[in-house]
Amino acid sequence: MADMAENNRALIRLQEKFAPSILDIKEFRGEVTITVKKEDNVAVCKFLKEELRYNLLTDVTAVDYLGTDPRFMVVYNLYSIPNKDRIRIKAPVAESDCSIESVCSLWSTANWLERETYDLMGIVFNNHPDLRRILMTDDWVGHPLRKDYPLQGPDREPYKGRLS
Amino acid sequence: MASTEIMTVNMGPQHPSTHGVLRLVVELDGEIIKKVTPHIGYLHRGVEKLSEHRTYHQTIPLTDRLDYLAPMSNNLGYVLAVEKLLGIEVPERAQTIRVIMAELTRLKSHLVWIACHALDIGAMTVFLYAFREREQVMDLYEMVSGARMTSNFFRVGGLSKDVPEGFTAAVKEIVDTFPDRFDTYEGLLTKNTIWLQRTIGNGVISAEDAIDYGITGPALRGSGVDWDLRRDNPYSGYDKYDFKVPVGENCDTFDRYKVRLVEMREAVKIIKQALDSLKPGPVLADEPQVCYPPKENVYNTIEGLIHHFKIASEGFPVPEGEVYQSVEAPKGELGYYLVSDGGTKPYRMRIRPPSFVNLQAIEKMAKGAMIADLVAVIGTLDIVLGEIDR
Repeated sequence: MADMAENNRALIRLQEKFAPSILDIKEFRGEVTITVKKEDNVAVCKFLKEELRYNLLTDVTAVDYLGTDPRFMVVYNLYSIPNKDRIRIKAPVAESDCSIESVCSLWSTANWLERETYDLMGIVFNNHPDLRRILMTDDWVGHPLRKDYPLQGPDREPYKGRLS
Repeated sequence: MASTEIMTVNMGPQHPSTHGVLRLVVELDGEIIKKVTPHIGYLHRGVEKLSEHRTYHQTIPLTDRLDYLAPMSNNLGYVLAVEKLLGIEVPERAQTIRVIMAELTRLKSHLVWIACHALDIGAMTVFLYAFREREQVMDLYEMVSGARMTSNFFRVGGLSKDVPEGFTAAVKEIVDTFPDRFDTYEGLLTKNTIWLQRTIGNGVISAEDAIDYGITGPALRGSGVDWDLRRDNPYSGYDKYDFKVPVGENCDTFDRYKVRLVEMREAVKIIKQALDSLKPGPVLADEPQVCYPPKENVYNTIEGLIHHFKIASEGFPVPEGEVYQSVEAPKGELGYYLVSDGGTKPYRMRIRPPSFVNLQAIEKMAKGAMIADLVAVIGTLDIVLGEIDR
């Protein structure tokens, strides 16, 4: 599997250009995941979009690794319509400075996707044109997809699994 | 010079043309739309959060309720993602039946689309015909899964059970009769002056903008982008079937209408080929760690019963890792991003819903149009709120 990752053209170009900011490269089930420093997320995405033809931003989301530092991982799933190829970029975000630069300047679709990530995970996207909650109501307190947010809501007994 | 005043009008969440509980705040200058701001989330049920507290199998019924007009497409994307995480192969018969059901689902979803879209912009007759045909697909759903909408038919590793007797005949009936029915719809719409006036030049979005907004599926192909996941990143053996990917030219509602109609005809072709290649065989992978045992073992042997009980109550551990698997759902690219920590429940499940992303473009597509054209834009995007709000 390691060979595949090494042969990946996009990966080689990225390594040449962004060597200091790449934290980790993983290959799992044929999918390449590159973890970069959060300061460079826009630069890496811009390079992938403009130089390597990853023109479609499929998804922006985040994963909460509660108990580790940095706590959050912001995940960008990119797709190249000309090359029919996927690549995944991740950027770690610490709880103490829970923000990352928005990629709205590169793709309009990032607008709602980042709003949802903000709403449900509580990650702030800097320079986002309209960072409001999207699925929850405007006056909602807390971010439901965080691991320390109880399944049945903040005011109720924590979920202990099905009783049956 | 006449002075105009911007008026803000609230459309929805209870409005028959918003296809669910979608609320649009529209800023109008007379009849002309200056700005549309969608408000969503009225149907948010926290599917992603819920799935973190359930075993991998227990999440399948939740996926039925995302795009409730196309349940089996949702099931398919999810089980494919779990299978990718596990690295297991699905038997050929199961794959073929999955393709048949997924394409029937495409028909079912597109039939609702054409029915409601036409009804919204004044062509009521099509609605009645399309719902008659949809009923036939629903009957097939009921035949294989016992439910008309919330099918829960696929399992990790294959299917919950083999299709019953009479399935082939019922699918053949659809394959034989549907193309004529599509001719009827085209006869009612394609040269209908009112239809043409309402759709040509409506909701135009260029290919570049469509990609920028992340639009996928028929809405993207209507803008001339030749891209279909079934052909370009095949899954479930789609590479074995011969089908065309229709592409539009004028990027408007009429072209998207034509694209979807061709897609329906192509879906029938795929079903026909799949039916011809359907051979007897197992419908569940031989992976006792993951798959349920056959029912006769469960009822007749203590080992089978324990096996079933273990998988139903504890689930199965999934190797640590993360995958993204997407399928060409009727409305666009439906993706599942699964993160496993090695346990029996997903650590994180992210659903990438096509409708959510497509709806975002309404701000661009409806700007400058008349208020009456807004319902045409909603219809042509083919959204379903269950999937947008999750």
